[in-house]
Amino acid sequence: MPDTDVRDDRRRVRGLDALELQPRRGTGERSAAETAGRIWAATWPKLAAVALVLLAWQAVVWSGWRTEFVFPGPDRVLPTLFREITTPEFWEAVQVTMRRALTGFALALVVGVIIGIAVSQFKPLRVAIGSLITGLQTMPSIVWFPFAMLLYGISESAIMFVIVLGAAPSIAGGLTSGIDYVSPSLLRAGQVMGLRGVQRYTVLIIPAALPMFVTGLKQGWAFAWRSLMAGELLVIINQQNSIGWALSQARQLNDAERLLSYIIIVLVVGIVIDVFFNWADRALRRRWGITGS
Amino acid sequence: MTTVTETPARTAAVEIQDISKVFGHGKGAVTAIDGMSVTVGTGEFLAIVGASGCGKSTLLSLVAGLEQPTTGSVDAGGHKVAMMFQEAALFPWLTVGANIEVPMKVNKVPRAERRKRVAELLDLVRLTGFDRKRPHELSGGMRQRVALARALAQDADVLLMDEPFGALDAMTRDILHDELERIWREKELTILFVTHNVREAVRLGDRVVLLSSRPGRVIDAFPVEGERPRRIDSVQIAEQAATITDRLREEVSRHA
Repeated sequence: MPDTDVRDDRRRVRGLDALELQPRRGTGERSAAETAGRIWAATWPKLAAVALVLLAWQAVVWSGWRTEFVFPGPDRVLPTLFREITTPEFWEAVQVTMRRALTGFALALVVGVIIGIAVSQFKPLRVAIGSLITGLQTMPSIVWFPFAMLLYGISESAIMFVIVLGAAPSIAGGLTSGIDYVSPSLLRAGQVMGLRGVQRYTVLIIPAALPMFVTGLKQGWAFAWRSLMAGELLVIINQQNSIGWALSQARQLNDAERLLSYIIIVLVVGIVIDVFFNWADRALRRRWGITGS
Repeated sequence: MTTVTETPARTAAVEIQDISKVFGHGKGAVTAIDGMSVTVGTGEFLAIVGASGCGKSTLLSLVAGLEQPTTGSVDAGGHKVAMMFQEAALFPWLTVGANIEVPMKVNKVPRAERRKRVAELLDLVRLTGFDRKRPHELSGGMRQRVALARALAQDADVLLMDEPFGALDAMTRDILHDELERIWREKELTILFVTHNVREAVRLGDRVVLLSSRPGRVIDAFPVEGERPRRIDSVQIAEQAATITDRLREEVSRHA
């Protein structure tokens, strides 16, 4: 073969590759103004929503549906909220609550992963408890509290028990469906390459199952957070400061302004964590090439 | 050595002897392959064509050792066997380079060596510089070339290909035929190439084996004439393909 033939060959392949790769969209440098524009475009609907809620709230107050003593407007609640978040007691309460949330979630994670792996590995176990897991997910976790208090007394363990019962089924469910839905063509490719045993899990199954697992984690977190809030209202441990305790305190003192402040705090914490999970979910999907972006 | 046997033109790389494969039991049993014998010479490019239900994919699974034949035997004579499919089946969470490393990890190749081999293989499939890309950033043809590099990373000298270019457009397929032919020569591979495209079979194969459908049997084998590299649109290929297509049509109408 003459030399030129090989070169032509190579050029042909390169040309084809160049044609087939889509030109990249939107990776050019963005000016500061454009970046600001994008941020504004993403932010203003959220700000508008907040404004709308505040307005509706104020409107209800103005209508005189309840006295301002039990139903104060944003003009009175927001200053209370800002005063509250500058006190050390507030941060202590948040710290206690978040520590409980994270510990409980970590426990649920361990239990959920163990159950998830066990169920996806042993067929009989799946038949036996597969639908039980789905059933548990639909159960309002507050139902478990009387039993938990009987088992553990008025203690943090009772709250942990309910958090695990609430969150572990979602985590286990996410893991098993992640493992179940690994694409058969990837499994076959793994088999052909001789992936076996532990390596089959570390190299193929676990990474492939990750996006669904994260979805399970997100759902598990939502259940854990709800269980924790219910728990802190019901299981009040030695006057220990926490968000739930602050809520019930505020009710006992008929302090509607503080009560609403803490409700807003609970909402904000929920939103922040949700944003975090969504970010993780999106980053993962982008890396896995699941979304086109 | 005292025993002198007649030296065949090629020593056999894969001996498929009178195999059959039955799926299921009793009334629901389906015979995918019934009494098939094929000898694939070392370094041969064997194209296998057949209509639907000829057990092409089953045949490759048996050669790859993914399944066992119900009767008969498949002997790959200690050759290492790799396989490619219609879909590239790359791991989407790994970069191109890391994908090619997977079979080497299985074979416990040291890290530095793996890096070196990845660079060589990428060069071979003409994707130098793409090792940090992710599969979804590549075109279908490029993904198939990565899949080929990954298959070659298994250090196999027998390559099984199950309609590897079936999902690609004609232009890409044409260029990949040239590429595959070049790599087959450079690496002295033995290839079993399954396709339903008769022209593709004639373009690439040293020999084209025609299978019957339900159950799969060998009905004919055609040595392909013509100097390589052949052009898929040449008259010579068109004529040979026409002969084979006629036999294939006969076979298909038998099932009417």
